[in-house]
Amino acid sequence: MIGFWTLFYKEVLRFWKVAFQTVAAPVLTAMLYLMIFGHVLEDHVRVHGIGYTSFLIPGLVMMQVLQNAFANSSSSLIQAKITGSIVFVLLPPLPYSSFFIAYVLAAMLRGIMVGVGVLLVTVWFVDLQVVAPGWVLLFAVLSGALFGALGMIAGIWVEKFDQLAAFQNFLIMPLTMLSGVFYSIYTLPTFWQRLSHYNPVFYMIDGFRYGFFGVSDVSPVHSLAVVASCFALTSLLTLALLKRGWKLRT
Amino acid sequence: MIPAVSIVDVVKTFGSLRALDGLSLDIQQGEFFGLLGPNGAGKTTLISALAGLARLDSGCIRVLGHDVVRDFRQARRLLGVVPQELVFDPFFSVRETLRIQSGYFGIRRNDDWIDEILHHLDLTSKADANMRRLSGGMKRRVLVAQALVHKPPVIVLDEPTAGVDVELRQGLWQFVRRLNGEGHTIILTTHYLEEAEALCNRIALMKQGQLLALDSTVNLMAAHPGASLEEVFLRTMQR
Ligand SMILES: Nc1ncnc2c1ncn2[C@@H]1O[C@H](COP(=O)(O)OP(=O)(O)OP(=O)(O)O)[C@@H](O)[C@H]1O
Ligand SMILES: [Mg+2]
Repeated sequence: MIGFWTLFYKEVLRFWKVAFQTVAAPVLTAMLYLMIFGHVLEDHVRVHGIGYTSFLIPGLVMMQVLQNAFANSSSSLIQAKITGSIVFVLLPPLPYSSFFIAYVLAAMLRGIMVGVGVLLVTVWFVDLQVVAPGWVLLFAVLSGALFGALGMIAGIWVEKFDQLAAFQNFLIMPLTMLSGVFYSIYTLPTFWQRLSHYNPVFYMIDGFRYGFFGVSDVSPVHSLAVVASCFALTSLLTLALLKRGWKLRT
Repeated sequence: MIPAVSIVDVVKTFGSLRALDGLSLDIQQGEFFGLLGPNGAGKTTLISALAGLARLDSGCIRVLGHDVVRDFRQARRLLGVVPQELVFDPFFSVRETLRIQSGYFGIRRNDDWIDEILHHLDLTSKADANMRRLSGGMKRRVLVAQALVHKPPVIVLDEPTAGVDVELRQGLWQFVRRLNGEGHTIILTTHYLEEAEALCNRIALMKQGQLLALDSTVNLMAAHPGASLEEVFLRTMQR
């Protein structure tokens, strides 16, 4: 247990020591999105009868949770691999499960810290309601953990930072952008609507949004089932890779 | 008495290269053992397999009877490894680095022992310095310190003195000798053969993943009267 807590503590300290980059910067980015899109579209667009800025906030929060959770575990691992300091966690008798949970929890924590940061700042702009905080928390935790685990896979897999950037630009960004952060998928043409239903991020954002407004494109239970299954599958895969020492032990 | 390290028929290939080519070797508890050989002989590969950083194609390695694959947690607890590469985590100070490393081994409050290690490695004045601000030799010493935080019975040093100044080399060897005197098994690789000659009670000479010679330092030297270990080394390699 001490081994696990130490690894978790180290992972948290790693991003907290540079919190300006890892927490404050993403909050600012989200604010810029909100100010620009919110300002331009507030008077023109309503979704589910909700003002556009209000509608946008949960999507932006979730987007930051996901991207930062992913960035945390992936950059930590690839940095350790490139500098060679990965040996410090490979030499001790840490079980695979501790390794997995420590990285995922730290990644989720950073994601949620950024998410809370975005929420706290947006409270100044919009009077935001939270109908069902339980759903909000549940989706934030599960989705952050899922992307933390995906970040682990990416960090273990890639060998260079530019490969990681490709992963982020060609997979993570499109998945999050095309998931309904900026719109309800029911405003899309049928083809894209159908396609969105195969994007797990759509369910994360939709379920998360349900927690705020009590309305959503699909039922939150359905979304929860999808997100939980994806998390379970990703976790099993990550654990299997760790157990084999894939790309970590030659 | 079970051997500190037991290596049985190990094979490790990288593509067509046989980095470890059917090597077998026992290292007894309490030995100060020298693992010598030219660049590329397979020393680091053998240590990596021992530490669980590399997986063998075949054969097995046990640390005090614990298989390094099947029983990896126990084996790793018994092992302290100083890697050859000069690696460090730039986010932390020396003391943070050592506390974190202790934690990984399940040790919570370790500052008394950490202070002692820092003292013997002449790092006390750098305890709160960030790893980035240390010189190369100092970073190497921190690597030694990291390998010792959990007082492992078997200590493996892969070229610990590369880039370390004379004075500290003496200090380091004094410390390692003391640990050996207290019963820790020491396994050492180095290209400074006078060091090996002075420190090691038994020596393995390896080349291309195979064992060329394995004997006590005294016997090795006696077989080549009047020669230094360096000459013995060169003659053995040419055979
Ligand atoms: N990850 C790897 N991929 C491919 N080949 C490798 C790898 N690691 C080691 N080798 C090869 O295996 C052989 C043994 O290397 P090793 O590092 O074990 O040598 P060594 O005895 O430690 O040498 P040195 O004294 O230079 O440290 C070398 O030919 C090396 O090129
Ligand atoms: Mg080597």
